[in-house]
Amino acid sequence: MSAAEDSMIHATRRDVLKGGAVLTVGLWLPSVGAQANEPAAAKAGTFVPNAFVRIGEDNIVTVLSKHTEMGQGSYTGLATIVAEELDADWNQIRVEGAPADAKLYNNLAFGPFQGTGGSTAIANSYEQLKNAGATARAMLVTAAANRWQVPANEITIASGVVQHKSGKSARFGELVADASKLPVPTEVKPKDPSAYNRIGKSAPRVDSRAKSTGKAIFTQDFKLPGMLTAVVAHPPRFGGKVKSFDASKAKEIKGVKSVVAFETPARSGVAVVATDFWAAKKGRDALSIEWDESNAFKQSSDEMLKQYRELSRKPGDIAKQEGDVEKAFASAARTFEATYEFPYLAHATMEPMNCVVQIGQGTCEVWNGEQFQTADQMAIATMLNIAPKDVKINQLFAGGSFGRRANPAGDYLVETVAIAKAIGTSDPVKLVWTREEDMRAGYYRPMYVHWLKAGVDAQGKIIAWQHRIVGQSITRGTLFDSKSKIDFTSVEGAQNLPYHVPNLLVELHTTEPQVPVLWWRSVGSTHTAFSTECFLDDIARGTKQDPCALRRSLLEKHPRHLAVLDLVAEKAGWNKKRATDEIYGLALHESFNSVVGQVAKLKKTPNGPKLVSVVCAVDCGIAVNPNIIAMQMESGIGYGLSAALMGAVTFKEGQVEQSNFDDYPVLRINEMPAVETHIVPSKNKPTGVGEPGTPVIAPALANALAQIDGKPIHALPLSAHGVKLA
Amino acid sequence: MITLNINGQTVQTDVEPDTPLLWVLRDHLNMTGSKYGCGKALCGACTVHIDGNATRSCVLPVSAVTSNKITTIEAVGVSKAGKAVQDAWIAEDVPQCGYCQSGQIMSATALLATNSKPTDADIDAAMAGNVCRCATYVRIRAAIKRAAGSLTT
Repeated sequence: MSAAEDSMIHATRRDVLKGGAVLTVGLWLPSVGAQANEPAAAKAGTFVPNAFVRIGEDNIVTVLSKHTEMGQGSYTGLATIVAEELDADWNQIRVEGAPADAKLYNNLAFGPFQGTGGSTAIANSYEQLKNAGATARAMLVTAAANRWQVPANEITIASGVVQHKSGKSARFGELVADASKLPVPTEVKPKDPSAYNRIGKSAPRVDSRAKSTGKAIFTQDFKLPGMLTAVVAHPPRFGGKVKSFDASKAKEIKGVKSVVAFETPARSGVAVVATDFWAAKKGRDALSIEWDESNAFKQSSDEMLKQYRELSRKPGDIAKQEGDVEKAFASAARTFEATYEFPYLAHATMEPMNCVVQIGQGTCEVWNGEQFQTADQMAIATMLNIAPKDVKINQLFAGGSFGRRANPAGDYLVETVAIAKAIGTSDPVKLVWTREEDMRAGYYRPMYVHWLKAGVDAQGKIIAWQHRIVGQSITRGTLFDSKSKIDFTSVEGAQNLPYHVPNLLVELHTTEPQVPVLWWRSVGSTHTAFSTECFLDDIARGTKQDPCALRRSLLEKHPRHLAVLDLVAEKAGWNKKRATDEIYGLALHESFNSVVGQVAKLKKTPNGPKLVSVVCAVDCGIAVNPNIIAMQMESGIGYGLSAALMGAVTFKEGQVEQSNFDDYPVLRINEMPAVETHIVPSKNKPTGVGEPGTPVIAPALANALAQIDGKPIHALPLSAHGVKLA
Repeated sequence: MITLNINGQTVQTDVEPDTPLLWVLRDHLNMTGSKYGCGKALCGACTVHIDGNATRSCVLPVSAVTSNKITTIEAVGVSKAGKAVQDAWIAEDVPQCGYCQSGQIMSATALLATNSKPTDADIDAAMAGNVCRCATYVRIRAAIKRAAGSLTT
C-alpha cells in the first residue's frame, strides 16, 4: 500500500506543520487569533482557521469534517460534496476531524451547537460544503487566470487539474501560493446539480484502508506520554452513591497509582488509576465498596411494564388531534385494538465508552470520538469551572455510537474529567469502561408501551386511528427540553402518521423512572414505526386487503412515500406469485426526512422461518454517495434486526440483568439476511441515511411472521416471546 | 521479563504473567490494532493468530503463548491470504466504524488459510464469533468470497 493511501485520513498536525503554503477556505472568517480552539490548519495556513477545505502544495485536499465519523460514512459523504465542487481527483482527498467549535462548526440543523446526530451530517452540510468547495475552486481558477493572463471563464478543472484551452495546465498545489494571496470571494456559484459528475456516483470510503489494517486510531488506541488508565466501579443501581470503600487490596497491585471516589451529575463511583488497563482492572476488581442506595432505583421491569400497561388504558396528553375519534368509533362497522411493548435497549457499541483527558492550568484537552462536541465542552467546563473555550476537544474515530456518544450531559467525558480532577493530576488520563460497565451504566432506549385503536367502515376504509404511547422522555431535563408536555422524540413517527385517516388522536403518557435514557439510532421511530406499521397490517388482514394496496390507498398526499412504496414493491416482486414457502412482509416509514420501505422475505424451513433477504428502497433526496447510502441501509437493517430479534435490557429490583454479549446477545453473521438497496431518483436536497434504515426492518419482519400463523407480534424482542428464526 | 514471538520478531516485555495477550499488545507493545470489546471471548474484536489459528487474545494469559508464533493485524498482510483478505475488505468497502474489523480480518484470514473455497455455512461457522454492531456482515461475506477467488486464480 502507498503512504498516500495510508494517510487518506487524519492528515496530522505534523503534516501541516512541516511546511508549505496551505490554502484554507472557510465561510466564516474571524480575525486571526480570535479563537482559542484552533482548527489544525491554523499554524501553517495563509488564511485564518475555521475552514472546511485546506489545499496543500502537495495537491492534497483536506476536508475538515465538523461531523464525527462513527461508521455512518460522514467523512466520505462530506468529502464527496467538496470533491464535486472542486472537480478534484478522489485520490487527492483526505478528511480530518474538525476540533470542537460551536461557531465554526455549528450543526445548521439544530445549532448553535456542534454535534452529529439526527442523520443530519449531509443534510445540514450540503450547501455549506458546496459553497466551501466552490470558494476554493473560484480562488484556484482566479490564480490560474491571473498567471496565464486568460479569462477565468475559459478555465476548467478535471480530476484535480486546472486547465485552459491554450494547453496550459496546473495541479492545485502549483496554484496554492497564488490563490492564498487572493481575497476570499464573497459570492460564489456552486454547481447546479445537472452539472454533477461525482455526486450520485459511488466513491469508496476514505477510511477503509486505515480500518482494514489496524491503523485507524480510536480513543481506545490513543496514547500520550505518561498517560494513566482508569477503570471504574459504578453503583449497582442508578442513583446509588459511594458510602465508603476499602482500596488497600487494590493498592497492592503493581501499577496501581491511585484510587479515588468521584461524583458527576450522571453518577458516582470509584476509579482505580494505573499505568495500564490490566493493572487498573485488577485493582478495580479488588475494591471493596459500600454503596448508599437510599435514593437508588429499585424497580423491576415487570412492575414497570404493568404500570405502563395500566397507563396505556387511560387518556394521555394530546400530541395530535384531528376530527373526533370517539364519534368515528361509534359509527364504525368494526374496530381493531392492539398493544405493543418495547424493552429498554443498550447501544452496545463495539468500542465501550472511553475518553482521554488532560487537565492543565485553567484548561482541559480531550481526545474522543463523540457526537456532541460543544455540549461536552460546556459540561466539562462546568465541572472544572473554566470557560468552554478553554476546553479543547480533538475528534477521533468513534467505534460505533448509534446515539450513545450524543449525551447532553456528556456523562462519560465528565466522568473522565472528574477522575483526573479527583487525583489532582496533570498527566493525561484515559477512562476505559469494561463491557460490563458499558452495558450497565444506562442511557438506554426507553421502554415503551403503545396502545392503538382503529375504526373501519363497511368498505374497510379506516375512519379513525387512536394511538397512545407510554414511556420516558429522552429530552426532559436536558438542553433539548422543549418544556412542552409532549416530547417530540416520544411521538415522532406516530404524530406524523402519513396515512390519511380523517379522525386521528395521538396521546402520550410521559413516565419518570430513574433510568437514564438516550436517543438510540432512529429515536422515536424505533418504536412508532413498529406499532403503526404492524397495526396497519393487522387491519389489512382483518379487512382482507393487500397490505401494499391498503397503504397505497392512504398515501395520496405523500408522493415520496408512494414512490418508495412502489419501488420496493416492484423490486421485491410484491405482486408476483410467490412460492408456497415464501412469505413477504412490508413496512414503510419516514424518519429524519428520509422515507424507507422494506420487504422482508422469509422462507419456511423445517427449523422455522428463515429471513433470507431484505429489499430496501429509500428516498433521501439527491444521493450524494450511493455506496454510503447502501451501506447505511444494510447497517440500519442489521442494527434494527438485532434489537427486534434479541435486544432487551431488563431490571430486577433496580439492577440491570445484562452485562455482556452473552446475556445481551447481538446479531451475528449467520443471522444477517442478504440486503439489496434501491434509491429513488430525486432532485431534492439530500436528507439523512444513518438512521432511517433501522426502524423499518422490525415491522417488515413481524408483518411477514404474522402471515405464517395469523398471530401478530405484539412485543419485542422476538426471542423473549417465543419466536425464533431458523 | 517475558519473551514472545510476535509477527516474526522476538520481543521481550516486563508484564505480569496473568496479563491477557491483548493488553500486552495494546498497552506494552504499542500494537493497538487488536481491540478490546468484551474481555470474555464473546465478540472477537481481539482476535489474533496463535500458530495460525484465530484466537481471542482478551482471555489468553501471555504466559500461555511464550513458545508460540503470534500474528496480529499489524502483520497479517505479510501472508498471501492476509493480503488478499485486506485487499478484498477495501475493495468491498467493508468497514463502517471499523472497530471490529481487525478481528474480522484475522478470523477470515485463518479461515482462508485452511479452506480456500468456503461455503456460506463455512463462513458462518468461522465468522460467527466476531460481532459487528454496524452489521457489515453482507460485505464481510462478499469480501471473503472475493479474497477466496483472488487466491485461487
